[in-house]
Amino acid sequence: MKYIDEFRDGDVARRLAAQIAKEARGARRYRLMEFCGGHTHALWRYGIVEMLPPEVEMIHGPGCPVCVLPIGRLEQAIALARTPGVTLCTFGDMVRVPARDRRSLLKAKAEGADIRIVYGSADALRLARESPAREVVFFAIGFETTTPATAVVVKQAAEEGIKNFSVLASHVLTPSAMLAILGAPGAAGGGIQVDGFVGPGHVSTIIGSQPYERFARDYGKPVVVAGFEPLDLMQSILMLVRQLNEGRCEVENEYKRAVVRGGNARAIALVEEVFELRPSFEWRGLGSLPDSALRVRERYAAWDAERRWSIPYEAVADHPACACGEILRGEKRPTDCKIFGTACTPESPVGSCMVSPEGSCAAYYAYGRLSKRRPRPDGEG
Amino acid sequence: MCLAIPAEVVALHADGSATVSLGGLRKAVSLALVEGVALGDYVIVHTGFALSRLDPAEAEATLALLREAGVGLEDAG
Amino acid sequence: MASSWGRRLDWDTGRVDMTHGAGGRAMAQLVDELFVAAFDNPLLAKKNDQAVFEVPAGRMVLTTDGYVVSPLFFPGGDIGSLAVHGTINDVAMAGARPLYLSASFILEEGFPLRDLRRIVESMARASREAGVPIVTGDTKVVEKGKGDGVFISTTGVGVVPAPVVTPSGERARPGDVVLVSGTMGDHGVAILSSREGLAFETSVRSDSAALHRLVARMVEAVPDIHVLRDPTRGGLSATLNEIAQQSRVGMLIDEPRIPVLREVTAACELLGLDPLQLANEGKLVAITDRRHADRLLEAMRADPLGTDATIIGTITEDEHHFVQMETAFGGRRILDWLVGEALPRIC
Repeated sequence: MKYIDEFRDGDVARRLAAQIAKEARGARRYRLMEFCGGHTHALWRYGIVEMLPPEVEMIHGPGCPVCVLPIGRLEQAIALARTPGVTLCTFGDMVRVPARDRRSLLKAKAEGADIRIVYGSADALRLARESPAREVVFFAIGFETTTPATAVVVKQAAEEGIKNFSVLASHVLTPSAMLAILGAPGAAGGGIQVDGFVGPGHVSTIIGSQPYERFARDYGKPVVVAGFEPLDLMQSILMLVRQLNEGRCEVENEYKRAVVRGGNARAIALVEEVFELRPSFEWRGLGSLPDSALRVRERYAAWDAERRWSIPYEAVADHPACACGEILRGEKRPTDCKIFGTACTPESPVGSCMVSPEGSCAAYYAYGRLSKRRPRPDGEG
Repeated sequence: MCLAIPAEVVALHADGSATVSLGGLRKAVSLALVEGVALGDYVIVHTGFALSRLDPAEAEATLALLREAGVGLEDAG
Repeated sequence: MASSWGRRLDWDTGRVDMTHGAGGRAMAQLVDELFVAAFDNPLLAKKNDQAVFEVPAGRMVLTTDGYVVSPLFFPGGDIGSLAVHGTINDVAMAGARPLYLSASFILEEGFPLRDLRRIVESMARASREAGVPIVTGDTKVVEKGKGDGVFISTTGVGVVPAPVVTPSGERARPGDVVLVSGTMGDHGVAILSSREGLAFETSVRSDSAALHRLVARMVEAVPDIHVLRDPTRGGLSATLNEIAQQSRVGMLIDEPRIPVLREVTAACELLGLDPLQLANEGKLVAITDRRHADRLLEAMRADPLGTDATIIGTITEDEHHFVQMETAFGGRRILDWLVGEALPRIC
């Protein structure tokens, strides 16, 4: 497949690995956070972690919308799904995430709730059109990559006068989460030592590379926006290593074939038209962050599930043994969690990091058990 | 996040959608988020929407950069 | 053939109703005009509640399976052909020759007779082509809402001929070679492409097929194959992991050698799925002593259902029983088995 296979060339990978090893040699460590869950998945899927020299440590970030969705939001979705007359449309990713008392959308479905798995927002809208007797609610999760697709269908529903459709908006914003990682004032959880970021490539097709410039400028952290193929990731790691060696601190774009500095103006405008910032939003593992999530604007209130159905949001604490929060903040590795692989496994997940294919824990469990490299949080090994 | 994949536009439709081909498989996608897409272009597809057009010149440039790395170095092993 | 039943069944617009399962005339007519007519063999034509047959020499094999696939009809097959192929294959995986099948139907009230006939005719065709007759059966009807259209259960009986040493999941040994008979993930993608809401067009068809003739060639060439299994639900990854656990071994698989159709790869890229976790209904995994590997491969490739057969890896010593894969990329990863269904994802 064009523009995919070329970026998976094993020979180029080996040479890139050698180049990274050559340039990373020396007295310093390179603590790089790959923000996005898709990148975490790719690192393990292609065995990239094993190919990196010991000086380079990849810290897994919170860029997995399934992982950072607080249990309370999922409870809202489950409550809606249980409401008579409601059909809840959801992405497959959310279906097995455990809510309170190990409830989940999958279990609710087994108990009779009308829950449909959809590939995209347009499928949910189509369902609403085809089933006028049902109240269709689309569980709209995701970072900026996914938000424009929700905006499009809300607008379309409004234009076509489709009354039996609404969205439960839980779209979150990348720069806010990156800020929380860096320990900005007001962000929960403090900060951890991160030297640079591998930026999320597909989020950046929408928002551009410009929003990361403040991290380089004000926090002294270089950012390289990376594509998702393994060679993209390796090249981006090399670019970060070079920046750190040369004392540069810039935003570079490795994913130029899909990302431009200004992003996708049309998509940004559509999102702006349909959504507005929530003053505060609770993130799993990161606490409540200001200006970090979106809600539907008043003008489109008729298509906002939160307004149409009064389902109050109730914060639900994570399971006490679950270390998802610290893992999402990069403070712990999955293997540091007391219940990793024992009480918490893909078959019986306790936290969302184990359910989501992009979650650190799931990735470690699936791919990482082979790894001899398990650096401890203090940076040793 | 963000499972998105480049696919070739093989048909354009009056309602603002397109048919893309990925390895011979065909799928309808919405072009609501991109402008000026032509037949033969590659677009990045996510949940049934094209997010951006892939720039072939930049793709070639990136590939060339990738291929420069490590030439002459021994394998790190 | 004039109907001796009086009023004829309305195949075009008629539906299954509770009388068809009640044991009375309506049911007898359905059985006669549909099942007996389609499956058409002397044993079934006797219309007894059982079939009586001679037992050939050798070890007997018995297997049963339920078929609940949705959608009922998909590119390359339907629940009927699947029910025949799947059970024949379970018999064949013991190295056995399948002899007879039985078929039990649970029909939902309101199920269109037109669809039922289509399914039964498909079963008949599959059975005929495989040379394995359906010699006895049963029909029940459940109230509307209590069944998904139709559930089919088939039981198969077979015999393992004398020289064959029964393959079994715990017989893989370090040093053995792992082979697959062809491309992985076809059935899974064919099913997905027919499901509501995924809406992609593909030429990929289900690989649903009866593997007993392929197996016959294989056991003739190598009577002592250690393991034979068809990677159905959960795909190749589930099958390899099951075997690793049963045999208490590890595996090292060479990912680029696993044959996968281009369009199957594409569908998986699009939906975020792994072809190695998708079902196959006309493929098998074979594990054999490395000294016999080439001979086995040759026998497989000589059969129409084994033309793409390949050696994909080896069995290793491993206390963790991991199935490890060398990726095309050059790194190594674990091939884990799926928890639950393979669902399309956005992340």
